[in-house]
Amino acid sequence: MTATVSTPSTPPAPSTPTHAFDAPPTAKRRDPWQVVRYLAIGAALIFALFPIWFIVAAAVNPSGNLNTTQLIPDAFGLGNYTDLTASRPFWSWYKNTLIIAGIGSIAAVFIGVCAAYAFSRLRFQGRRPGLMTLLLIQMFPSLLTFVALFRIFTELGDVIPQFGLNTSLGLILAYLGGAMGGNVWLLKGYFDTVPKELDEAAKVDGASHARVFFTITLPLITPILVTVGMIQFIGLFNEFLLASVFLKDVDAQTLGVGLNALLTADRNKYFGAFCFGAVLASAPIVLIYLSFQRQLIGGLTAGSVK
Amino acid sequence: MTKSPWIVVKWVAIAAVLALLVWIAGKFAAAGSLWAVVGVAFIAMCVLAIYGTTRAVPLKYLFPGLFFLVALQIWPIIFTIATSFTNYGDGHMGTKEESVKYLIAQSVREVEGAPRYAMSVAVPTGADVTTGTITLLLTDPKDGATYAGTPDGLAPITDGVEKSPTGKVTKANGFTILNAREVNARSEDLSALAVPTEGGGIKTSGLSEAFVGKASMQYDAAADRMIDTTTGKRYLPQNALWVPEDGQGQSLTSGWQENVGLRNYTEALTNETLRNGFLKILVWNLIFPLVSVISTFLLGMGFALLFNDDRIKAKGAWRSLLILPYALPGFVTALVWRQMFNQDPNFGLINKTFGWSIDWLGDPTWAKVAILITNLWLGFPYMFLICTGALQSVPGDVKEAAKIDGASGFRTIRSIVMPLVLVAVGPLLVASYAFNFNNFALIYLLTNGGPFEGNQTQVGSTDLLITYAFRLAIGGTTPNFGFAAAISMFIFIIVALISLQGFRSTASLEDVN
Repeated sequence: MTATVSTPSTPPAPSTPTHAFDAPPTAKRRDPWQVVRYLAIGAALIFALFPIWFIVAAAVNPSGNLNTTQLIPDAFGLGNYTDLTASRPFWSWYKNTLIIAGIGSIAAVFIGVCAAYAFSRLRFQGRRPGLMTLLLIQMFPSLLTFVALFRIFTELGDVIPQFGLNTSLGLILAYLGGAMGGNVWLLKGYFDTVPKELDEAAKVDGASHARVFFTITLPLITPILVTVGMIQFIGLFNEFLLASVFLKDVDAQTLGVGLNALLTADRNKYFGAFCFGAVLASAPIVLIYLSFQRQLIGGLTAGSVK
Repeated sequence: MTKSPWIVVKWVAIAAVLALLVWIAGKFAAAGSLWAVVGVAFIAMCVLAIYGTTRAVPLKYLFPGLFFLVALQIWPIIFTIATSFTNYGDGHMGTKEESVKYLIAQSVREVEGAPRYAMSVAVPTGADVTTGTITLLLTDPKDGATYAGTPDGLAPITDGVEKSPTGKVTKANGFTILNAREVNARSEDLSALAVPTEGGGIKTSGLSEAFVGKASMQYDAAADRMIDTTTGKRYLPQNALWVPEDGQGQSLTSGWQENVGLRNYTEALTNETLRNGFLKILVWNLIFPLVSVISTFLLGMGFALLFNDDRIKAKGAWRSLLILPYALPGFVTALVWRQMFNQDPNFGLINKTFGWSIDWLGDPTWAKVAILITNLWLGFPYMFLICTGALQSVPGDVKEAAKIDGASGFRTIRSIVMPLVLVAVGPLLVASYAFNFNNFALIYLLTNGGPFEGNQTQVGSTDLLITYAFRLAIGGTTPNFGFAAAISMFIFIIVALISLQGFRSTASLEDVN
C-alpha cells in the first residue's frame, strides 16, 4: 500500500494542488493550467461515460442487432423494445426484481435495526460475544453456501411450493439470512450517537421499551434507515449469484438473470434488445444515486459495503 | 391506559405468526417429515415465550434476526463444512441401499408378454408440477387395482380414485395429475424413473403406459456384491462405487454418499491435475484483487485530486457524471464490456476504435487484461468517492502549515495529504480487496472463467476460486458438491486471514498517526 503513495496516476494531478494553495482567487484569470485541467476532466468523463453512451446508442438503434459498434446510431426507433417484450417476459422480471429488492430491503433493515437497538441500548448476557460472533460469521462469504441453500429450498419447495425455488418469496428469505449480521454494526454505531438520556427520560415517565423504541429512538435515526435501506435495495437489485441459482423458471427471474440469459441465447441477435432492457433496468438505480448522492456516499464509506 | 390498543395489535400479530407456523407444520406433517414438524413447533414455542411474556426483552429485538441467521446462514455454513468431508455429488447422492435399489430398478428390461399398466403421472397435492416428486398412478390391467409408484416402491391407492374408460386414473386424493403438456415437460425425469418391485421393477413406456420387467441386476446381501445376471459380472463396493470384481470395464452408474475425511482437501493439494489447476487459480485470485485495488485507487485518487480543485466550475455536476459507472447495475456493465471486447471488429467496439484485432476473451493473457480494465472502470468511481470524502476532511490548517514551511504542492500531497487519506481509506481498501477476492459476478458474466486451455473445461484461465467452486458444484454436468465445499473452506480461510491481517495493519497505521 505504501508503494502507491507517491505515484498519482494522471499527469495533471501533481500540478493542480500547487495552484490550489498558492494562487489567490484573483489570479485565476490567465491561468494556463486551467485549460489542462478542463482537458483532463474531459478525458476522465469520456473514460467514464463512453460505455454508457454505447449502451444507450445500441438501445435506440433499431438495426443494432447487426452493427453494434456504432457510437452514433444511424436510426432511432423502438424496435429493440418490441423485440425484447415479444421474446421475453421483461416486465415480469422488472416486477420480480422490484418486489424482491423492495420487500427484501425493508425486511432486512427492520431486522437489522431491531438487533442493533438491542445491542446498543439493552444490557444482557452474551452481548459482546454475540457481536463478535456476528463479525466472524460475516467473514464466511455467504455466497459460498449456495449449495446448502439450494438444497434447503429444494426440499422446502417440495413441501411448501410458496417458499421454494423459482419463487420471489423463497429468494427473499434466503437473502434475509445475512440481514442481521450485515447491518448490525453500522446501525449500532448510529444508535450509539443518539443520547441515552432521551430514552431514560421517557422510561422515567413510564414508557415501555417498545414505546421508547418505536416513538423516540427510531424516528431519530430515520434518515440513516433510509440510507441503509437504499444501499440494501441497490445490493439486492444487483444480486446475481443466488438469483441465478434459485430462479430457473423464466417468468420468475430477475432482471439480471433474465437479461444475462437473453444475451447468452444469442449474443449478437439480441444485443440491441438487451441494451434497451439494460437502460430500463438501470433507471431506478441511477435515479436513486443521483437524488441521494450525499447520503449514499456517507453510508457507503461508513459501512464499507463495496 | 393509552397502551391498550397496542396490546391488541401485539396479540393479533402473535396469533398471525402462530397461525402461519401451524399451517407450515401441517404441510410438513402431510409430507411426513417429523423433524421439521418438531422444529416448527419449537419455533412457535419460542415466539410465544418471547413475545407473550415480559421476561426476555433483548430477545424480543434479536429473535427475528437470530432466526434467519441460524436457519439460513449458520446452518448452511455447518452444512457446507460437513459436505466438504463427504463425496456428495453426481452419482453419490443417496445411501448405499438407495444405490442398490436404484441400480436394480434401472436394469429392468421388459419381459415379452408381460402385462402393461395404464399410467397417469402425478405429483403429491401442493407440490409444483415442474419440480415435485413424480408419482406414477398405475392401473393393473387384470383386476383394475390402482397403485401409486415412486422410486421408493409401490403402494395401493383407493382413496377417491376415478378412472377413465381406458383404465387411466383421472383423479385420486392426495395427488395432482399432470396434463399431457406437463408430462411432456418432465419426460426426462420419467424415463429415468423406475419403481422397484420384487425381482424387478416398473418402468414407463411412452407417456401413458408402464411395464413390469425383470431386473438383470441382483444384490447378493451376504457377499455384499452386485451381480449382473446377463453377463455374470460381479461388482464389489469400493470408494463409494460399485467396481467390477475382475477389474475389467466400467463401474456402475450410481454410487453412494459417504464420509471421505480430508480427502477433498488433500486432493486439492496433492492430486497432480487438481493441484496445478487449484494453484493456478489461487495465484490469479491473489493477483487480481491486488491489481484491481491499486489501479482503481490510483485512478480514483487522481480524479479526486483533479475534481477537488476550487477553480473548477460546476464540480458537483461533473462528479455526478463521473460516478455513473458505479450507479449502473453490475450485470449490465459486465455484459456490455463483454460485447465491447469482442474480437470481431463488427461487434467489438474496442478493436474497431483502435484498429486492433486482439482476441480479448479468447487469449488467456488478454482475457486477464480485459478483466482488469473492466474492473478498473467499474471500481474507480467508488475510490473516487471515498478519496473525495477523505480529501475534504483533511484540515485546512495542516495544509497551510506545510505551505508556510515552504513545502511545494507535490510535497504537501505526498507527505501531508496522502498519509491522512490513507488512514481514512485504508480499511476500505482492505474491504475492497476482500470484495474483489470473491467478485463472482464480474468473472462469471465477463468470461465465465474462460478461456479454457487444452481439452479440459474445469479450470479456466480467468477463474477465481469462487467461480471455480460454482462450476464444480452446479455449473457442469457432473456436480461434485463435496469438492466444491472444500474449495469454499479454502476461500473462507484465506479471506478471514486477509481481513484479519488487513484490519490489524490498518489499526497499526492509525496508531502511528
